[in-house]
Amino acid sequence: MSFYLPCPYCGPRPVDEYAYFGEVTHRPGPSPSMRELTDYVYFRDNVAGVQREWWQHRLGCGEWFLADRDTRTNEVLDVLLPSPERVREERLGSPPVGAEPMASEVT
Amino acid sequence: MKDIFVPRRMWRPRGELKRRYDVVVVGGGSHGLATAYYLAQRHGVKDVCILEKSYIGSGASGRNTTIIRANYRTPEGAEFYGQSVRLYEKLSQKLGFNLMFSQRGHLTLAHSDRALVTMQERAEVNKLLGVNSSVIGPAEIEALCPQLDVSERPTWPIMGALYHPPGGIIRHDAVVWAFARAADELGVDIHPYTEVTGFERANGRVTAVETNRGRVECGQVVSATAGWSTLIAGMAGLRLPITTHILQAFVTEPLKPFLDVVIVSSQLHVYVSQTDRGEFLIGAEIEPYTTYCGTGTLSFLEISARHSIELFPQLERAKVLRTWTGLCDLSPDYSPILGRTEVDNFHVSSGWGTYGFKAAPIVGVTLAELVATGKTPDLIAPFALERFHTDTLVSELAAAAVSH
Repeated sequence: MSFYLPCPYCGPRPVDEYAYFGEVTHRPGPSPSMRELTDYVYFRDNVAGVQREWWQHRLGCGEWFLADRDTRTNEVLDVLLPSPERVREERLGSPPVGAEPMASEVT
Repeated sequence: MKDIFVPRRMWRPRGELKRRYDVVVVGGGSHGLATAYYLAQRHGVKDVCILEKSYIGSGASGRNTTIIRANYRTPEGAEFYGQSVRLYEKLSQKLGFNLMFSQRGHLTLAHSDRALVTMQERAEVNKLLGVNSSVIGPAEIEALCPQLDVSERPTWPIMGALYHPPGGIIRHDAVVWAFARAADELGVDIHPYTEVTGFERANGRVTAVETNRGRVECGQVVSATAGWSTLIAGMAGLRLPITTHILQAFVTEPLKPFLDVVIVSSQLHVYVSQTDRGEFLIGAEIEPYTTYCGTGTLSFLEISARHSIELFPQLERAKVLRTWTGLCDLSPDYSPILGRTEVDNFHVSSGWGTYGFKAAPIVGVTLAELVATGKTPDLIAPFALERFHTDTLVSELAAAAVSH
């Protein structure tokens, strides 16, 4: 076992039950330049320290959530559900005018 | 005759850091040392130093599973690794050091039709480029490796294999030591336990390297820091398309020799070879999440052991001697990131994922040429960092997704 990750619903479970979806990235605005797009798609901060990242409890309840994990120790400091405000803030920057709510929003 | 029993130093003990070096190489592993060696040997650039934060060969160079091969999927990759294998073949003589390179043959097993098709593609690309590689059936596999069960009995029966005769294993520490000794003899300064803490920059160039032992001015910088690449490049103001993961391996206690080829199975996520000491050396897949924490996991051991026993039931009662982890720098297309960057005199050797060790000599040759002449050799042009901005990737997933 490497470490336990607390699912917001199921509590601490072995990390092997989860699917990892990488650090939280910032989507570029509408009609981005090639540079903005490739930065978003390929380039990563890959921090040695606390990183906010996406996980899914794939072999459990299936929930998607965010975790703050220290990549130097694998200590999980916090987990949170992607609330609509949080999702926009983390993934989209400032909310675009008249944007449709995201399908993954938890209300 | 008595002289052979006198222990000789492999390289000079660490001296004072000079105020300035023409070339500062960050990372004292096989890539950094090879680059320094070829800079001095082929280009006469001898004012070179190696800065290593721990001991020489403490990173991925001393933690890999020692497999050398060239049977890659893309023409760029196969050509590049083909030249690397040819350099490895001559390296023992060149460096005057027995690297125990054993080209015993490398078999990648196929357990499905789809895997066979991919292997056929790889074999054809390889043949075109003069890399000896072919697809063989279960009867030929049995002749090469009678220890494997090629019947229909296992959960995933073996349907065929990609056979790569020049592939094999090498003494990985010896590669590091040989390059270090040869570079040192040519005047390269090796500084272990010297950690880079930052870079001074001016006009888009790195002008000096800050370390825990003081400041060094530099003409050019080469970063060959594998899993730590993002952090070193970050100090130079550069963002990389890299994520850092751990890869694990283990060895069993020494057993009577019974395996004289390298066996790889992508489906079972294991690669198995028997070392000269008789230990079975078994590696697996990277952990899916990014981490800089080198703690091993029990699930790795469970899964790898189970899959190894499916291939080799003879290993059932073998005891595990030790396990270890290493940090891998994964690029989005599984191809390396090699050469110049947007910071003018800052060169990287990165994005190697799980197969950087195989490339050490050719990285040394090409990177030394780039640093000495300022021109990117054609061989590594496809691996430039620039490709991620122009979206011209070199997808090596088919031949590199299982880490070995």
